Amino acid sequence: MPKDSGIGASTKRREDVRFLSGKGVYTDDLNLRGQTYAVMVRSSVAHGKIVSIDTTAAEGMPGVVAVFTGEDFKDVGGNPAGWLINSRNGEPMREPKRPVLAHGKVRHVGDAYAAVIAETYQQAKDAAEQLAADTEIEELPAIVDMAAALADSSNRVHDEIPDNQCFDWGWIEDNRAAVDAAIKNAPHVTTLELVNNRLVPNAMEPRASIGEYFPGTGDYKLTTTSQNPHLTRLLIAAFVMGIPENKLTVVAPDVGGGFGSKIYHYGEEAVVLAAAKKLGRPVRWTAERSESFLSDAHGRDHVTKIELASDLEGNFIAFRTETLANVGAYLSNFSTATPTFLHGTLMAGPYKVPNVYVNVKTVFTNTAPVDAYRGAGRPEATYSLERVIDKMCRELNLDPFEVRRKNFITTDMFPYTTPVGLPYDTGDYHATLDKAMEIGDVAGFASRRAASAAKGKLRGMGLSTWIEACGIAPSHLVGVLGSRVGLYDAATVRVNATGNISVMVGAHSHGQGHETVFPQIVAEKLGVPESSVEIVHGDTSKIPFGMGSYGSRSLAVCGVAVTKAIDKIVAKGKKIAAHMLEASEEDISFADGKFSVAGTDKAKSFGEIAFSAYVPHNYPLETLEPGLEETAFYDPGNFTYPAGAYICEVEVDPETGKVEVCSFTCADDFGNVMNPMIVDGQVHGGVGQGIGQALLENTSYDENGQLLTGSYMDYAMPRASDVPFYKVDYSCQTPCTHNPLGVKGCGEAGAIGSPPAVVNAVIDALHSGGHTHVKHIDMPVSPSRVWSAING
Amino acid sequence: MQLSDHRVIKASPDTVWAAILNPEILKEAIPGCESMTGSPETGYEAIVVQKVGPVKARFTGAVTLSDIVPGKAVTISGEGKGGPAGFAKGGAKVSFTPEGNGTRLSYEVEANVGGKLAQLGSRIIDGFAKKLADQFFENFQKVVEGPAEPETPEPARSGEGEKKKSWLKRAFGG
Repeated sequence: MPKDSGIGASTKRREDVRFLSGKGVYTDDLNLRGQTYAVMVRSSVAHGKIVSIDTTAAEGMPGVVAVFTGEDFKDVGGNPAGWLINSRNGEPMREPKRPVLAHGKVRHVGDAYAAVIAETYQQAKDAAEQLAADTEIEELPAIVDMAAALADSSNRVHDEIPDNQCFDWGWIEDNRAAVDAAIKNAPHVTTLELVNNRLVPNAMEPRASIGEYFPGTGDYKLTTTSQNPHLTRLLIAAFVMGIPENKLTVVAPDVGGGFGSKIYHYGEEAVVLAAAKKLGRPVRWTAERSESFLSDAHGRDHVTKIELASDLEGNFIAFRTETLANVGAYLSNFSTATPTFLHGTLMAGPYKVPNVYVNVKTVFTNTAPVDAYRGAGRPEATYSLERVIDKMCRELNLDPFEVRRKNFITTDMFPYTTPVGLPYDTGDYHATLDKAMEIGDVAGFASRRAASAAKGKLRGMGLSTWIEACGIAPSHLVGVLGSRVGLYDAATVRVNATGNISVMVGAHSHGQGHETVFPQIVAEKLGVPESSVEIVHGDTSKIPFGMGSYGSRSLAVCGVAVTKAIDKIVAKGKKIAAHMLEASEEDISFADGKFSVAGTDKAKSFGEIAFSAYVPHNYPLETLEPGLEETAFYDPGNFTYPAGAYICEVEVDPETGKVEVCSFTCADDFGNVMNPMIVDGQVHGGVGQGIGQALLENTSYDENGQLLTGSYMDYAMPRASDVPFYKVDYSCQTPCTHNPLGVKGCGEAGAIGSPPAVVNAVIDALHSGGHTHVKHIDMPVSPSRVWSAING
Repeated sequence: MQLSDHRVIKASPDTVWAAILNPEILKEAIPGCESMTGSPETGYEAIVVQKVGPVKARFTGAVTLSDIVPGKAVTISGEGKGGPAGFAKGGAKVSFTPEGNGTRLSYEVEANVGGKLAQLGSRIIDGFAKKLADQFFENFQKVVEGPAEPETPEPARSGEGEKKKSWLKRAFGG
């Protein structure tokens, strides 16, 4: 019988009531007395020298109250990269300054070089257009192609970086010789060159920021669309503007999706704060959808060559990967971690392969910055591995299911440290593969293929067995890997006098469902109703600290911080109960919401303890403080390692090249599950984005660095009709061994595991139709690409 | 995007050459041209209104003539700023060779767009640029040749003969 509340119950999402009834309060919904409107002036060329900006006409236009250019911010700090990566030769990565507003040069289409503030949005927009007309930019040749950028030292995105390379990273460099030798001597080597297509995150709510300044106290407030307001505050305080943290509040209210793109601090946030101070009035900015396409951090964009060495039975001997990763024009906050430690460390997959080496060169180009997008590095790793394995199976005429099975790390091998340095704590990859084959009815595929053939369609089945490292992250590990911050999280549990509970959490919910799931955990642990627990998040003035939500970390890191704080509440409650019941603290036990004295019927309810904590008429104040509020910071001991098996079936119309996803089966191991309904939703969303990447989405720049896919007319987002009804299962559960909830994280899984399953299925379909010359099709596997592959 | 094409104009190379240097004729030939001032030596200032897919804009920009080989070849380049719509720039290398009683006009066109035009209109920009180039040279041909002569000349009515003469013939006393 399923539970109806607490851990493991499919409690309905309480936040959906306001989201679905139009009662959410997003940044752009706020209206403040005296507010002004900011419009950014953005470059329409990809690369250019700013010759002159004449602000006179714009400043004189109706309603204009201020104009800012890069000149106004040239002396403040740059927006830094959060991870320091060293090149193979030991040199630190090249870190060009990322200014608040472009100064001297513009480096991508959409690079903001000025901002106009006016009484109304229309006035600001008019004046911004005037300013653009009064700006002379000498266009320089654009650097778009990564290989060309590395080869041509005369044309530079940043003048001080001659070859446009940020770093040349090897992982693990000590493995290199052994990997090279293994590949040289292997009975079989499969080679695959592929592109992991650049994606625009496309959160439903565009970025928006409101700056306020309070002259009476000197306080600043930034309301912004952020996945981690504390990090934004830290970056503004410590690096960009030097505002002390105790004078700056950052609030991220309801936020309509992020998928990574709202982790980072952006220049607009500094502009609205500086403008608010100068004007003494609130300054608001909301991106248009076109601006989101141009200026949100994009995702993926890898060009990869991967080699798989094996014996003729399909036992893996080595993987060697060479990747060019695009970082765009500037280093966004996590951009250097994504292609390295979130990608290279996963290149052993769930396999007991002895030799793995990864080389990643990151390249500056005149395109929008590229950073973490749902999955962040791990989809790139999974796609390379699962595609090259599929190709190997075809070359050696081996069954792809059996090949995975014989190469999986087995349950008796945990804890297992891979050749690329990750200590997997637990897993059962055979179990998830078996489960996927069962619920995906692999046995019945032949008859489904025959039925498709009768309709003139080619049916294919594709497999992907994925693993990821999430629950980002253990500070000690990420510190070794180059992170400049620790990645713990924090929670405060405040039991109010009448027994209801406020929980202040560092994780930020922008669609995930924290407001529902965290109360389930609190309710379970304290024996109180879920409805008596409220979650407070997204406000640096209310919560102790937090590193925000990304990397499938909210539950595995912040959720555990909540449980740690609850443990402290229970310990304090026992002290209070011992006092009230005149017993020794050691004799008090807590269960089902009651503190009782062992071996007696003496007990106090949780509510009585809470009330007493705030009405402490007779407390022994030397040993017992009033109040019932506890804070915990939790820093995990390891990443968590969710894994699973995905099976996709497609039908390809050989006449048109159109691919239809007929079924998609997910068997995942997320460890313990707190709310099955929410896990379903996370997997559905992730797989939807993965199918989008595999079949539809692509970000295209022309040779001049012009964005050609700058609207939904040209950037194809998946629609409901593009995805099937998913079969989702997470009954194979090997609980995480190092967090007390035993949870692993499920937020990115779907986007990580699904793209290769789709592409493998398309290749399988084409081979079944006799088109065996087709070895690979790059994503998005569009009708034109499939048709060309068939007929090429 | 790049395209090349040619067309034969029923006029002598000298006449065609003179026409291409004439701002009034360029103005008539450039689709959507609202005004055009300047001279072949200093270049022209032009205002052109165009609609590319969802983007309609008034482009202000410069048109310059370069690589001039009198009577034989010229490169016409233009760069227009459409404000928030972005920009368009392009050029046509045009060469003139006698062919029968007329002139063979060969052209290679290159066009680039930037900003919102690229973001919103890239899907249709190649077709659009081709259409624009075709229109330009078609207009140019019409202006130079004048309206096609009817197969069977109608009886002349007062004033019609004058009307039928093209602007060019009037201008050049033809």
